[in-house]
Amino acid sequence: MMFARRLAFRLATTAVTLVGVAVIVFVVIRVVPGNPIAMMLPPGATEADIARLRALYGFDRSIAEQFLIWAGGVLQGDFGTSITARRPVLELVLGRLPATLELATLALCIAVVLGGSLALAGARWRETRTEAAVDVTNGIGLSVPDFLWGLILILLFGVVWPLFPISGRIAPALAREFATNFYLAEAILRLRLDLLGALLAHMLLPALALALPLAAIIAQLLKQSLKETMHLDYVTLARTKGFAEGRVIRAEALPNAVLPTLTLVGVQFTFLIGGTVIIERLFSYEGLGNLAIDAVINRDLPLIQGIVIVFAGLFTLINLGVDMLYAALNPRLRRG
Amino acid sequence: MADAAEGRGAVRRRAGLRLWLSGGWLAALAAAALLAPWIAPHDPLAQDLFAGRLPPAWQAGADPAYLLGTDSLGRDVLSRVLHGARVALFVALVAGTLTALIGAALGLLAGFYRGWVDVAISRLVDIWMAFPPVLFAILLIAVLGTGLASIIVAIVVIDWTRFARVVRAEAMAQGAMDYVASARVAGMGRLRTLATEILPNCLPTIGVLLTLEMGIAVIVEAILSFVNLSISTDAPTWGGMIAEGRLSIHQAWWVLVFPLVALFLTVLAFGQLGEGLKDRFDPVLR
Repeated sequence: MMFARRLAFRLATTAVTLVGVAVIVFVVIRVVPGNPIAMMLPPGATEADIARLRALYGFDRSIAEQFLIWAGGVLQGDFGTSITARRPVLELVLGRLPATLELATLALCIAVVLGGSLALAGARWRETRTEAAVDVTNGIGLSVPDFLWGLILILLFGVVWPLFPISGRIAPALAREFATNFYLAEAILRLRLDLLGALLAHMLLPALALALPLAAIIAQLLKQSLKETMHLDYVTLARTKGFAEGRVIRAEALPNAVLPTLTLVGVQFTFLIGGTVIIERLFSYEGLGNLAIDAVINRDLPLIQGIVIVFAGLFTLINLGVDMLYAALNPRLRRG
Repeated sequence: MADAAEGRGAVRRRAGLRLWLSGGWLAALAAAALLAPWIAPHDPLAQDLFAGRLPPAWQAGADPAYLLGTDSLGRDVLSRVLHGARVALFVALVAGTLTALIGAALGLLAGFYRGWVDVAISRLVDIWMAFPPVLFAILLIAVLGTGLASIIVAIVVIDWTRFARVVRAEAMAQGAMDYVASARVAGMGRLRTLATEILPNCLPTIGVLLTLEMGIAVIVEAILSFVNLSISTDAPTWGGMIAEGRLSIHQAWWVLVFPLVALFLTVLAFGQLGEGLKDRFDPVLR
């Protein structure tokens, strides 16, 4: 019962947030000097052109009217038509979304594995040089953002020691092999190891750039809560039963230490997805973020709006999911 | 016991070293930025098409007049890195301070007055958290037009929530303490309590966040100039140089590497300075 009420409450706040995002994007684009028509106009447009364009996109109506028309369309799945591509915004966004989701998911997996291992190592060999080394690694990981990691990885593994390709999602010739836009999932499901290898080679560096800051955060927080759990009586009991230290940490301390980390990973995962915008640009990876920057540079208003709303929807859904997962996993929140 | 004391001493020395190193780099960079017009060996905008993509001075085929080499248009990399430091630090200082002022003020109001003020500000923070920050920044620049002022406005508009969230929690915690209650009992008005009792206790937190925010501002400026939305296309910015270097990475690595090193050290220094200050002065964030 409590769970259902919590879910209903969170769904309501999520809806409020999304409407807020939509209003802000809409207003920012229209109210601030340099109106959208000016943004869209090619140099040398005539007065008649301007008037036609205004009527076409409904800019001759009031902002509130424009918003209602647009929001009504969005609710029916109509995000408008891209000005540069002359195709429905939704189609373009859905075409690129899988690439971004796959990149972000891969990055999340790397971050969890890397950060988890660091935390376990730091907790296993606590108060030794190993823990000090883990702390220094975390410190650097935390203060260097994904954009810089991307550039450093490009230099190291693209130029100095050219192990990996530094641009694109896959070689264009291989892209024709796929039936859907979920290349990674498709390659795994069809057991096409050749395609999987080619994909991972392209995705590894951008995913790593996105993963490193998150890995450092996971390592720091998980190590901290592991060390706190290690002092609890039931862990001492396991130890006096004669279990090896590594087993005590994994089987006894870890399940209890994971919860606080989980909440944080949720919030940080949205930051990671936000980071895909610039990382995709850096690696010429054809995802939603790269499309977004092109849309801004080309002043493709309907497309910008659609992409921002999709990103915001993704963010709020992830937050909602993490919140619910936390409620489901935390015995204290399970029913009063 | 002696071991523990020694361990603490080592930790403190390490933290001290961290503060000195990061502070030292930032001070040197600030000096270089201030003096750039005088110490830069060349005009950062001067092109020399016959001296394009010259390698750094210690490599074969270099011209010793260009210590760190030249880019594809024959502009001196060293001079551009030095002038780029001016842009980076100016944005860090101005955008960081403005963000801190606005964000902390809203956080204080929300945390101390509670009620509808808190509800309104917290809702706004929630909405803001749903925006992808880089995309939001690029969108704002596209709307506002390029230029230093736009970059600063974009950073303030996007990042005020960082301060608001933390300061709100801090003001709430301080507001619940006895010393605040006794100040109120002694007849001090609410606004005065906020300014003279709560604000001073939030200052260490704000200072740490400000240091971290400056590092973020440097990165945001670099990202915006990387996607060519910063000041102008040929103005010397680290991000712009990096963007050009990324294109010619296989022919002229130095165009990318030197601004990247400067950017890396600066961002690392702000981050480490913030963490070091946190360990030393701030009991809340620690």
